[in-house]
Amino acid sequence: MSGSLQTVLARLRGGDGARRSGLLLIAALMLLALAGVGSVPTWITLTLAGLAMGMMVFIMASGLTLVFGLMDVLNFGHGAFISLGAFVGVSVMAALGPWMESASLAVNLAAVLAGAIIGMVVTGLFGYVFERLVVMPVYGNHLKQILITMGGLIVVEQLIYVVWGPDAIPIPRPETLKGALTFGDVVLEKYRLLAVAVGLTIFAVMTGVLTRTKIGLLVRAGVENSEMVESLGYPITRLFIAVFIAGSALAGLGGVMWGLYEEVITAHMGMSVMVMVFIVVIIGGLGSVEGCFLGALLVGLMNNYVAYLAPKMALGSSILLMVAILMWRPEGLLPVAKGR
Amino acid sequence: MSDGNSPMQRPPLLSLSGVHTHIGQYHILQGVDLDIPEGQLTMLLGRNGAGKTTTMRTIMGLWQASRGEIRFGGEPLNGVATPDIARRGISYVPENMGIFGALTVQENMHLAARSGPMDTARLDWLFEVFPALKKFWKSPAGSLSGGQKQMLAIARAVIEPSRLLLIDEPTKGLAPAIVSALTSAILQLKSFGATILMVEQNFAMARAVGDTVAVMDDGRIVHRGLMADLAADKALQERLLGLSMDMHQ
Repeated sequence: MSGSLQTVLARLRGGDGARRSGLLLIAALMLLALAGVGSVPTWITLTLAGLAMGMMVFIMASGLTLVFGLMDVLNFGHGAFISLGAFVGVSVMAALGPWMESASLAVNLAAVLAGAIIGMVVTGLFGYVFERLVVMPVYGNHLKQILITMGGLIVVEQLIYVVWGPDAIPIPRPETLKGALTFGDVVLEKYRLLAVAVGLTIFAVMTGVLTRTKIGLLVRAGVENSEMVESLGYPITRLFIAVFIAGSALAGLGGVMWGLYEEVITAHMGMSVMVMVFIVVIIGGLGSVEGCFLGALLVGLMNNYVAYLAPKMALGSSILLMVAILMWRPEGLLPVAKGR
Repeated sequence: MSDGNSPMQRPPLLSLSGVHTHIGQYHILQGVDLDIPEGQLTMLLGRNGAGKTTTMRTIMGLWQASRGEIRFGGEPLNGVATPDIARRGISYVPENMGIFGALTVQENMHLAARSGPMDTARLDWLFEVFPALKKFWKSPAGSLSGGQKQMLAIARAVIEPSRLLLIDEPTKGLAPAIVSALTSAILQLKSFGATILMVEQNFAMARAVGDTVAVMDDGRIVHRGLMADLAADKALQERLLGLSMDMHQ
């Protein structure tokens, strides 16, 4: 057998086959939806909506899957970072009112960027405190992790009520991101295009960091076998804290994006969206960023297609999708082989 | 105990004195006394469940000794975190090899080279000893065969200069041809003056590479001596290990 053929076979055994299956599944879902919807313009609109939703869920879920993969920590408090990020980001954008109302796209984007960055910084710092105070004492005990992180989520929700009040806060989108672009019968909502662009950028940056930097390699290695990473001389706890902070910051960014998408924020929005986040993490395979990305696309597309074709089924479609995928691949689309 | 020969009299690089290790409610190591002489290959033999892997993991700090003292180069290792133990110069090849399957062979090696870019001369030597590593350099390590993974595990442990190499059952489940390649690689490492502590069930290999030997039973060292002496004494082998080495040729 030639060396190149051996390398190709090796790559297939190493996960390319599973990756291809995931992409084929997405393509199959899109084609099936096209047949069901019957109208190409409507299908394009729904597909964009699904991709946008998928990207936002991916941003929120990517940190959670790494946190689980690296230290086996089940963080049910992840939703707190989503809510907190949304409230901080919206407060910043509200303070930049004239920028949000400006007719310039650049100024509008600057306002959103400022809200997103400050939201990420605050949730990142909050993530550090949360990890040290809440998560660290319960390393290695899943039951305690679930209980204490759920408790942490409730405490943060109550703190949001204290600071921002109990009412839902409406968020008008920036002026130039309102409405849609139309190309014939095809309607593309502007904000959804932005969400897709942000999601793809985050995925590209994460992929670059995870595959081309030493810290990224350490994270991937740690997800597989944290003990061996330590045996090679790298302290896994420091790495985990860094990942926890990054994951919290991404959840904060996801919260800002989701808030603008829904055009309203509430203290319990994080808890509500966590159902979808967990579904995506499970479908993708615990600890796999790439799997999480594929899972998020599947869930986002499925949700939007089903909401159009059979509105009453929308709520259960993601769960049915998860059940079907787990029956096919019990460890998710791209599971990380645990070595410890 | 059969002490008194020159390899046994060298100053120990690593010494364990009365080391006890508990894992949950189980008392695994029950007072291990072991010296690893510098520049020698010490075999750690014993029946399954005798405590060999636990000894390795306790040295690496992956499980903490509940009593006793571990000294490395004269400095205490008790309570030192695993990454710091590695940085003091102890490399470890675990029983399950600890390969990062989702990473390529190159990435596995890159992570092991803590102090910067890989030493090219050292890498060339490793490619010479383990040609498969060069062939599959860009392939995911998870796609390698068992023998190739073991070669990668050993290469990864020696790419960064270390003072002591711990290898846990390197030939487990490997074909005889691969065992032979591993044996010659380990003999080469020895010829460079490496200090090695190796757990092994393959007695033919143990006899081929070992200078000194320690035999464990029920969490204690029950015999220390020269490997050649144990290899020559069938009665001692049967008493300590429950079978003769000749059965494993």
